[in-house]
Amino acid sequence: MSVRREPGVEARQQLGWFKANQWLLARRATQLGFFMLFASGPLFGIWIAKGTLASSMTLDVLPLTDPLVLLQGLVAGHRPESLALIGAGIVLGAYLLIGGRVYCSWVCPINPVTDLAAWVRRKLDIKKGWNLKPKTRLWMLGAILVAAFITGTIAFELINPITTLYRGLLFGLSWGMATLLLIFLFDVFVTRNGWCGHVCPVGAFYGLVNTTGLLRVSARGRQRCDDCMDCYAICPEMHVIAPALNTADAGDSPIITDIDCTACGRCIDVCPERVFNFTHRFDQRVDQPPAPNTMTARSRLVTAA
Amino acid sequence: MALTKKKGYGPADPKRRRALKEMAMYAAGTAGIAAAVTGFAGQSRSLPAETLRPPGALPEHDFQSACVRCGLCVRACPYNTLKLAEFGDGPAIGTPYFVARQVPCEMCDDIPCVVACPTGALDHALTDIDNARMGEASLVGRTACLNMLGLRCDVCYRVCPVIDKAITLQLTHNARTKKHTIFEPVVHPDACTGCGKCEKSCVLEVAAIRVLPKKLAHGQIGEHYRLGWEEKDKKGKELVPGVIDLPDRLPGGPSDIEPPSLSKIPGLGKTGVGQ
Repeated sequence: MSVRREPGVEARQQLGWFKANQWLLARRATQLGFFMLFASGPLFGIWIAKGTLASSMTLDVLPLTDPLVLLQGLVAGHRPESLALIGAGIVLGAYLLIGGRVYCSWVCPINPVTDLAAWVRRKLDIKKGWNLKPKTRLWMLGAILVAAFITGTIAFELINPITTLYRGLLFGLSWGMATLLLIFLFDVFVTRNGWCGHVCPVGAFYGLVNTTGLLRVSARGRQRCDDCMDCYAICPEMHVIAPALNTADAGDSPIITDIDCTACGRCIDVCPERVFNFTHRFDQRVDQPPAPNTMTARSRLVTAA
Repeated sequence: MALTKKKGYGPADPKRRRALKEMAMYAAGTAGIAAAVTGFAGQSRSLPAETLRPPGALPEHDFQSACVRCGLCVRACPYNTLKLAEFGDGPAIGTPYFVARQVPCEMCDDIPCVVACPTGALDHALTDIDNARMGEASLVGRTACLNMLGLRCDVCYRVCPVIDKAITLQLTHNARTKKHTIFEPVVHPDACTGCGKCEKSCVLEVAAIRVLPKKLAHGQIGEHYRLGWEEKDKKGKELVPGVIDLPDRLPGGPSDIEPPSLSKIPGLGKTGVGQ
């Protein structure tokens, strides 16, 4: 039972490397794509999006502003120009439509860093860490708003690793990027998925707007689940899976609706039984149970024992 | 007797105790983080004297509640004047600034940096760049200034985009040579935009004229001060009729000068003080 199992290995063996990593690749491509929208200007002189993730102007027509940054400004006592309000409205609307924490997995530049930390952590087989509560981030969100109110400044932007990284890469490297190293070390040695899953107030904010998004992961093929636990091992927010996967009642929704789910799709990738798939929020379809004589991996195990 | 617990005095519920303890811990942690960020933000609020904000920037405190550190003003600046502050540069991390001695503001007519600002940290009400007040030029190195030494440099005066308004040359007698004129560059704060062209082009090893933040460079008389000659012009006549005209005391003059009568001042009369 204590045999270490690297999540995704079985999927890779059964389905091939590409199928077992397709959503990871898609996410990396999207993250890089978002970055290149900003970086093509300074790098190649092709200006698509100017600014950073805090606020930007795309092709001189589309203003986008991070709603949390703007909210901090409001709390700090500034009444912003309509350009920023419109930009924040567009961003907020988009994430309400797609799913708030899609930002975390598909856009945020910290995600590759913490994913790498999680990978290192698995390789080093660091089991237990400081058991921080996932709700810590809500306290953090409160804390940065309090700090903004008290100081009358957008205080968190002094240390926000997300915008620091974008600024550093687009406007010149800064010592502030040392926070990335801190986050990496924190995730590897202190708490599993510590930053993104427990501390980051930006993730907490996008979690709060993660209630209506259409893009969801469904455990549609949960009948095929052989309890290999790979999805739990890989999921950065593993508590979101159980309600959809391990239901008591067959009639329960297969859709992962927890606001913490970032729709990263790693569960889809690593599952050798192809239990999960991306779908929309209202897709309640569940695959029929397999024919009784089909052996699942678990039954194979039981037979072997 | 029934084994009902008296409300509030029963054995502590371990679950509730744990929950309360946890809550207290998180609240304390939150307060700690808020305090740390608050302290850091307070530290970052002091702006070094050589760093200037872009045109239209709100007063520093308001600026820091408004600027989202997106860098759009930096991108909009055609002269690469603006930079985003890094850790250790002085201004709050990620906020835009420039150093006049390095690259001054070229005072574009369309003020693209202000137009680009999404939040209004650079005030969109600024539409005429001549109304910008990024700082205030000040001849801090008076004794080093070539013009003050009696030479004719005049560079700061000539490069000034608001020539003859923001900097004028004031002619005074050169006491050293006794026959020449000193052309002193005098900055007029009501016209100086703080663009920094003068500081940039000062030919000295270390600039004699420098643009400083308004709060450092600007003198200000008391709010309640009234300049008699201006008030007189406004009113069109003397403010106080029959004001005392003190006699001129000349050396060796008559000693029997009659002290002015206080009764001439309305409202004082015989009950006047000091009698």
